[in-house]
Amino acid sequence: MSTAGEQDAGLSLQEEHESKTHRTKRRDGDRQKKKRRNERRKGGTRAGEGEEDLQAVSEKRERSKRKRAKSKQETSRRENNEEEEAQLTGVREVEENVDKGKKKQGSTKKGEKKEDGGKQLVKGKAREVKKKNSEPETSEEDDDEEEDNDKDVVRLECLSPEELEKLKEAVDERKKLIQSLRGKPWAMKKKLVTLRESQEFVEKYEGALGKGKGRKLYAYKVLMTKKWMKFQRDFENFKTACIPWEMKIKEIESHFGSSVASYFLFLRWMYGINMILFGLTFGLVMVPEALMGRPYGSMPRKTVPRAEEASAMDFAVLWDFGGYAQYSVLFYGYYNNQRTVGWLKFRMPLSYFLVGVGTVAYSYMVVIRTMARNANESGVGDDNSFNFSWKMFTSWDYLIGNAETADNKFASITTSFKEAILEEQESHKDDNIHLTRFLRVLANFLVLCCLAGSGYLIYFVVRRSQKFALDGLENHTWWERNEVNMVMSLLGMFCPMLFDVISTLENYHPRVALQWQLGRIFALFLGNLYTFIIALMDEINLKRKEEKIVKFNITTWEASLYNGTVSENSTASPVTIHPADVPRGPCWETMVGQEFVRLIISDTMTTYITLLIGDFLRAVLVRFLNYCWCWDLEAGFPSYSEFDVSGNVLGLIFNQGMIWMGSFYAPCLPALNVIRLHVSMYLQCWAVMCCNVPQERVFKASGSNNFYMAMLLVILFLSTLPAIYTIVSIPPSFDCGPFSGKNRMFDVIHETLESDFPPWFSKVFSYASNPGLVLPFILLMVLAIYYLQSTSKSYREANVELKKKLQMARMTAQEQQRNNNASVQDQESGSLNSNINKEY
Amino acid sequence: MGTTASQLSKESLSEYQELTFLTKQEILLAHKRFTELLEKHEKDQIDARVPMGKIITLPELKSNPFKERICRVFSTSEQKDGSLTFEDFLDLLSAFSDSATLEIKSHYAFRIFDFDDDGTLDCADLEKLVNCLTGETNDAKLSSTEMKQLISNILEESDIDKDGTVNLSEFQHVISRSPDFVSSFKIVL
Repeated sequence: MSTAGEQDAGLSLQEEHESKTHRTKRRDGDRQKKKRRNERRKGGTRAGEGEEDLQAVSEKRERSKRKRAKSKQETSRRENNEEEEAQLTGVREVEENVDKGKKKQGSTKKGEKKEDGGKQLVKGKAREVKKKNSEPETSEEDDDEEEDNDKDVVRLECLSPEELEKLKEAVDERKKLIQSLRGKPWAMKKKLVTLRESQEFVEKYEGALGKGKGRKLYAYKVLMTKKWMKFQRDFENFKTACIPWEMKIKEIESHFGSSVASYFLFLRWMYGINMILFGLTFGLVMVPEALMGRPYGSMPRKTVPRAEEASAMDFAVLWDFGGYAQYSVLFYGYYNNQRTVGWLKFRMPLSYFLVGVGTVAYSYMVVIRTMARNANESGVGDDNSFNFSWKMFTSWDYLIGNAETADNKFASITTSFKEAILEEQESHKDDNIHLTRFLRVLANFLVLCCLAGSGYLIYFVVRRSQKFALDGLENHTWWERNEVNMVMSLLGMFCPMLFDVISTLENYHPRVALQWQLGRIFALFLGNLYTFIIALMDEINLKRKEEKIVKFNITTWEASLYNGTVSENSTASPVTIHPADVPRGPCWETMVGQEFVRLIISDTMTTYITLLIGDFLRAVLVRFLNYCWCWDLEAGFPSYSEFDVSGNVLGLIFNQGMIWMGSFYAPCLPALNVIRLHVSMYLQCWAVMCCNVPQERVFKASGSNNFYMAMLLVILFLSTLPAIYTIVSIPPSFDCGPFSGKNRMFDVIHETLESDFPPWFSKVFSYASNPGLVLPFILLMVLAIYYLQSTSKSYREANVELKKKLQMARMTAQEQQRNNNASVQDQESGSLNSNINKEY
Repeated sequence: MGTTASQLSKESLSEYQELTFLTKQEILLAHKRFTELLEKHEKDQIDARVPMGKIITLPELKSNPFKERICRVFSTSEQKDGSLTFEDFLDLLSAFSDSATLEIKSHYAFRIFDFDDDGTLDCADLEKLVNCLTGETNDAKLSSTEMKQLISNILEESDIDKDGTVNLSEFQHVISRSPDFVSSFKIVL
């Protein structure tokens, strides 16, 4: 209905023509009509032909009546009176018709005769109406209306159950029309008119539906759906009102185009996810433990040890998340292994475990779902067959509302046109392929060196820090204590710049270069993170060795304690020792958690500081030193910085990876991350608006959207690996954390199954976890994956095949046309010849 | 919003919500922005028109090379002067909104690119389009051979029935495959 061609068709007003076109267009309605006719024939009503005619005629009349109503609204009020009269008569006629229809259903020959008479009458009227209504009208929606009007008539004619069904369908169709109205490219006035008419129609006939009880129910249902719709709309409005930072992002969008805004959208999305993770850990782990668990100081794991007590409140210690921060709900070690806490009998260890699993599962679900949605939206993105047309039709970013950005965009579009033309003209032009190849190999070699160097540096630093830790941290300077984090952050800051310099050697197309750059930074971050983790693993092993010694010491200590007390009191009353004095193990879980928290903190700090120095300070210097400098600072060398979308996105992704990795051992991490993201939202929005200039090459956002998502997924997978490895294969510390005393952390599931569920359930579960069942299940899943993959492959092939066929069809059609033209010419010339022959 | 918002009756507000892809807040904002463009005495009229010259000073449209085309496409004015009523303005925002469908977006995009309003994109339209996209400055302009090459390439790709022009369905076919049309064909107040 929406194409211009059809609009033209709609212009012609001949009834016949219109009814024809609308029949072809609306096959559904057609089918319905046919069905109706068939039913009649089967039913053997004697009305037969006559009735059909009547129907057709009344259809026509109805149609024209509607049209008149339309023209009334659209064109003039001059004919108002006349038309109203006509409409009234029309209504009367309709009523008559209904009467007749009823009589007919009573089925007598009289009725048929009468109808014949009526038919004649109606026909005459219809002709009149036709004449009256021959003024030109614009609109294709008449088609629509007629469609419904057809049914309108049907409804009034006979009220048998199946007709009622149809009436319902018609009403539903109207409703659908109302819903789809917003998707029609019409002017608002036309839409308004159609909407009002349709609503009137629906209201008028909705009430007529159903009988007795059913009718009430139907009315109720209609009312409820109306209410529900309204509620939904309000809810939508409410939801959009709740989305934060909409205006900020919009402002950035209009200044910098959609690519910079895409970073902020990503940031906001990340913020949402972290909010949910935070809600999970905060609501199900931290708050229950803080409220219902044993209070601080009641047991050794919840008390600061005697040796640290003096410095436990120092800011330097707290900043490192030692002291009171370490012995609080923020870290794993604080949690007790009590099976239930408080009067709610909250299963604390189980909850802790499930939340850990749940955060990972939820993250996977969200990332994969978003990826799938993005893939759906972008469709067949790698299709290269419309390269030029896309450049032409879709390259302008309508969000740009800033003159400078617009200029950049103009320039980038022009260059992209020129490049595309050049590429098309000489697709294989490699003037000095050996040099380029050599340079590229060299560049990659250099990058590899950088990566290896940074990896070694981190390993070295972590090892050194372990030595420091063994000596005791107090003897060392601030730098030596924070070396690991600082080195990691500095590497993350300077290596990308180095890569940028190296990549100029390669002489790639900027888009390709960007991807290489992203890949390299990704590798760097990943390498750094994994060296960090490997070093951490070493430390865990060290701690576990230490733990063994401590455990042995404690048993001897307890024995000595017991021996000491038993002489005094034979009933062996519990010895009261202050929990701070009890010796305790090193608790490697808390150590891991602390490391991650420190890493996040230092990472956040470096991000903010680079933002302030690299962007803000630079902008200030450039701006104000420009008055007294020998060259133009704004246009020349330092100039203002551009917003580095890809680097920032990568930073965000890796930050999230660390959160996923560490949040099992430090439940406070999601909370910290929420704060960090919140602050960076404001800080970066401000920085971007006040000290960055629009990019020279304005990329568009959506192309790389799923690229980022894929990276996030990879990071998610890689960051859950070590976490899962530690959970599954390393026994938890014996004296801290919710799983202390268990052989493995996941034993908590087993324990719950045994004691909280009926015995048959654990039996079933043990059967289900039997390798005999699990293996076939895994096999089945693999098979299913294989099957799905092969079907998707075949679909793709079929797609390609269809494309080929389409092309073939196009070719043959062209050829045919050519042939046709030729044959027409032949014929013409032939007839000419024959004429000539005849003449002779 | 105060007095300006009160002009928009509840019924018409809900009707506009039904008929556009905009939310209530967006419609109210649009109404506010629109009434700001009106003259004092026009503010009470329901179907007051804002001339094109004023519409294109909106910061959202100011640097858009198609601003005049956009006004002309959405205008229902009989003088074809590109002036917009509030309802036209809502139509515009709805088509450019985030949640509008690809179909409606591509339809309007086609009409915007169709400079002579003849229902097809022919060579002259395409040339104008290229000139719009490359900006006004002379050094950025493509040479005539480049232009020819570009247009013939475009026609080769998207002119499926080979009649020398791109019609709406061909255009929609091309656009529907594009990964970033929907995300960039947006104007937000």
